[in-house]
Amino acid sequence: MDFFNIFIKAAFIDNLVLAYFLGMCSYLAVSKTVKTAFGLGLAVIFVLGITMPINWLINTYLLDGAINGLDLTFLRLILFIAVIASMVQLVEMVIEKISPALYNSLGIFLPLITVNCAILGGSLFMVAREYNFTESLAFGLGGGFGWFLAIIAIAAIREKIKYSDVPPALRGLGMAFILTGLMGIAFMSLMGIDPAALTGTK
Amino acid sequence: MAEVKTATTTAVKEPLFGKKERKLITDPLYDNNPITIQVLGICSALAVTSLVWPSLVISVAVVFVCGFASLFTSLLRNRIPKSIRMIVQLVIIATLVTVVELTLKYLSYPVYKQLSVYIGLIITNCIVMGRLEAFAMANRPWRSFLDGIGNGLGYGAILLLVALFRELFGKGSLFAGSPLGEWKIIGPNADYTINTLAESGIGTWFSWYSNNNLMVLPAAAMFLIGIFIWIQRSWTPKLVDVS
Repeated sequence: MDFFNIFIKAAFIDNLVLAYFLGMCSYLAVSKTVKTAFGLGLAVIFVLGITMPINWLINTYLLDGAINGLDLTFLRLILFIAVIASMVQLVEMVIEKISPALYNSLGIFLPLITVNCAILGGSLFMVAREYNFTESLAFGLGGGFGWFLAIIAIAAIREKIKYSDVPPALRGLGMAFILTGLMGIAFMSLMGIDPAALTGTK
Repeated sequence: MAEVKTATTTAVKEPLFGKKERKLITDPLYDNNPITIQVLGICSALAVTSLVWPSLVISVAVVFVCGFASLFTSLLRNRIPKSIRMIVQLVIIATLVTVVELTLKYLSYPVYKQLSVYIGLIITNCIVMGRLEAFAMANRPWRSFLDGIGNGLGYGAILLLVALFRELFGKGSLFAGSPLGEWKIIGPNADYTINTLAESGIGTWFSWYSNNNLMVLPAAAMFLIGIFIWIQRSWTPKLVDVS
């Protein structure tokens, strides 16, 4: 499959939030206003796009029997999470240096990306689906874009629903859950679409 | 003599299962539930709750990881530098999760395959990380251990509740894929092993039921948790979100 197909598939059909329910914690916690959701979404695209190819390199050239035929796959989880944690730290330092304004607007959400399940989940899906280097880059960027879309959508809905007459016990969190469920069903209608067949590259 | 005296005073101060310690375990079950109140750890496990058995497996794994990660972090809490504490905590968690992953692979390969990436995702389960940050970094090992176990149990309770509804109404069965064997409870194919004494068992009462495919979708888990939050907050109005 080519780059574009994997990107579309990861962003819409296999959306990390709405089809696999990954990255839910920050998705629910940071989706109260569109502005913060936008910043976090961009940071997630960036981190997913960087960590996925790096983890692919580590998995292929270090773990999968590349060194003297040793099977080091039991170290996979530790190495992946170490790469993610250090990449997030690095991204944080670079953004602080280059654009202090963006750094201040992202605030606490940047370090929180480390424990965003979508990042580690993406890397684990990459291993499970046996992507190659470009495919994993496409999957990282597409998955990040899908996550970005989902958090913007829920933030916009939550901003509007503040003015609606929701039962008090359901206000806030309860409603966010039900809305996410409905959005998940809406995204299900994209399931089974094969982008390769649509673009005629199959 | 002085040493003996300090030992007894600490024992009096912190009994093994005092009121406070019991509260550490019972609080996360309802009043401070990690999923419905703290909103942590929803990510890694909603997709596995379509069946009861994998949910039970992942709950046990989370109780284990959460308890022992809290214990080890608490033991090391005075030695971890503040600036790299996240990475240290993640390495502790990742090691425990690797132990769980390999054990499960050995014990039950089909369940391991079914859970696929979600076992690895316990690492980024915000409950574990959140409890380490909020509790274990500032408390003694035994109490941190109890807090970890309690939060794991509170998480598992919601997970099992969701899985119970989803499997019963989505598949008409319970415990599919477990060593207990699949119990077909409702629907036309129900077996009658549960109620052998009576002529008409539970199975015949609900033979009209046809499976609700909505319940198999992951979205059903979101609806169910939304409804649980609704019920819980209606019962206990002090928990209502004011913002």
